[in-house]
Amino acid sequence: MREYQNIFTAVQVQGVPEPGVPLPPQDSRTGGGMLVHLVGRFGNAQIGPIYLGFLGTVSLVSGLIAFNIIGLNFWAQVDWDPVQFVRQLFWLSLDPPPAEYGLAVLPPLKDGGWFMITGFFFTVAVFSWWLRSYRRAKALGLGFHVPIAFASAIWLFLVLGFIRPLLMGSWSHAVPYGIFSHLDWTNAISLNTGNWYYNPFHALSIVFLYGSALLFAMHGATILAVSRFGGEREIEQITDRGTASERAALFWRWTMGFNATMESIHRWAWWFAMLTTLTGGIGVLLTGTVVDDWSAWAIKHGVLHESGSNWFPE
Amino acid sequence: MVLRLPYKAFYGSTEMAMLSFERKYRVRGGTLIGGDLFDFWFGPFYVGFFGVTTMFFTVLGTFLIIYGASLGDTWNLWQISINPPDLEYGLGLAPMAEGGLWQIITICACGAFGSWALREVEICRKLGMGYHVPFAYSVAVFAYVTLCVIRPLLMGAWGHGFPYGIYSHLEWVNNVGYTYGNFHYNPAHMVAITFFFTNAMFLSLHGALVLSSTNPGGGQEVKTPEHEDTYFRDFIGYSVGTLGIHRVGTFLALSAGFWSAICIVISGPLWVDIWAEWWDWWLELPVFPQEDLVRQIGELKTDP
Repeated sequence: MREYQNIFTAVQVQGVPEPGVPLPPQDSRTGGGMLVHLVGRFGNAQIGPIYLGFLGTVSLVSGLIAFNIIGLNFWAQVDWDPVQFVRQLFWLSLDPPPAEYGLAVLPPLKDGGWFMITGFFFTVAVFSWWLRSYRRAKALGLGFHVPIAFASAIWLFLVLGFIRPLLMGSWSHAVPYGIFSHLDWTNAISLNTGNWYYNPFHALSIVFLYGSALLFAMHGATILAVSRFGGEREIEQITDRGTASERAALFWRWTMGFNATMESIHRWAWWFAMLTTLTGGIGVLLTGTVVDDWSAWAIKHGVLHESGSNWFPE
Repeated sequence: MVLRLPYKAFYGSTEMAMLSFERKYRVRGGTLIGGDLFDFWFGPFYVGFFGVTTMFFTVLGTFLIIYGASLGDTWNLWQISINPPDLEYGLGLAPMAEGGLWQIITICACGAFGSWALREVEICRKLGMGYHVPFAYSVAVFAYVTLCVIRPLLMGAWGHGFPYGIYSHLEWVNNVGYTYGNFHYNPAHMVAITFFFTNAMFLSLHGALVLSSTNPGGGQEVKTPEHEDTYFRDFIGYSVGTLGIHRVGTFLALSAGFWSAICIVISGPLWVDIWAEWWDWWLELPVFPQEDLVRQIGELKTDP
């Protein structure tokens, strides 16, 4: 028996773009919104309007300044040759100041100074964008769950580029701005501190990262599977449970003996995703400050065999 | 009197395992195989033919893991490891204590995962749902099968599978990764990580948005999907919508699993050098003048 499986939106009804829920009188939006058919195949067809405002402008300008400083440093490194800039783009890097400058706020520009200035503008961009996530929620009378979730990501960002270097006494420990160089940094910190697979908070962070993929696959697929009963109208299903919620719940109850509710699945989602960066930040923060060698730590606590291998213990 | 007690205990527990609205959904039919034979529930669990096969493979596999652990030197949960055979056994069968257990456990895992997916299909049919969940689950199974069956087959030895142990499988990831230098340079690994991170970000935003609408706080009224759409349009200029976000989430999560499988199956069967050198094709494109790099990459630095 052939059945309809909800994969793409087959039929679109196009009217005029929605202006959105009214804002307080002093706030105004930019653009009237437009409808794009192809986008509507997958999600909402409407793009825009957007609320720009003071914080949005500050954030975009600061972010653009940081982005341009990084790009111009890359370009300078190849003697302003545009072809080599493209060729070596992934290899180029704006590095933090060398260790001898310690916590100096502004070392010479070519010796990490530009890195510090970039970090300042980047941080301004992130913080004003965070305030914006809070102010937009407040303007619409929503809870503050989005800014709280964003704050969890900012925690990891601050630990990597600010708090840990501060505790280590040198900005040289910050992550460089570069495609390949930040991969080298990630590789090096693991090798230098006894293998991060034995960092328990790194392990927890991966559990929540993979768990987030598992949860979104389970939740996304479940809602699509009950969309024929209106399951994507989640707020309605939360406040007035319908057959979509009941079938979604029973699917998991019958499969694994346990089910969330239409509301609680979003609490699972929110917490799993937030704990990824919360535990990750703790793992980074402890490294080099509290624990120098994670393999030694794991052997001491009986997690790792004293030979240094659980795979082939000698 | 003696006979009624166990009957009532069983009957009572079955009733308690049901949600208030559940009875009307517990209908016969929808099975793929076996007709009515296993068409019943045990507590909250649906059984079905594939529930029986799931239990068979799971119980046997778990028993073999415990038996394998008893042959080892430790009962420390972190340190127990059931290893695949040595490479010298190739694609042949190994003696039980030397990887044969791993081989049977792998068969049990494949059997259990496959049964689980088909049991999900039966439950979908019972509930009149689409098949999105079993499809999604089969991507995760594909990733496992890639690691423990497809790649070992392509490389000619079961010894290329990963060991079954909480920390020993991390050691395998570590060792196999560094066989190819800094594994972060594997382009499919980059794609997989990008999907994983984006997935986590979007999951937190979706969860947060629904919770913020239904829990506005301060005695305010629950908000609507129009508020959700407006929030994200105000915030970033686009809201994918209540249906779209579940397509986006499913796509991101499945892509993360799919590209994880790709990134490991190309390491060895397709690319045997360190991954940092793979990128030389870009540097050596004929359109570029061949100058020395400003910065060397990919070396395993020990002093950042």
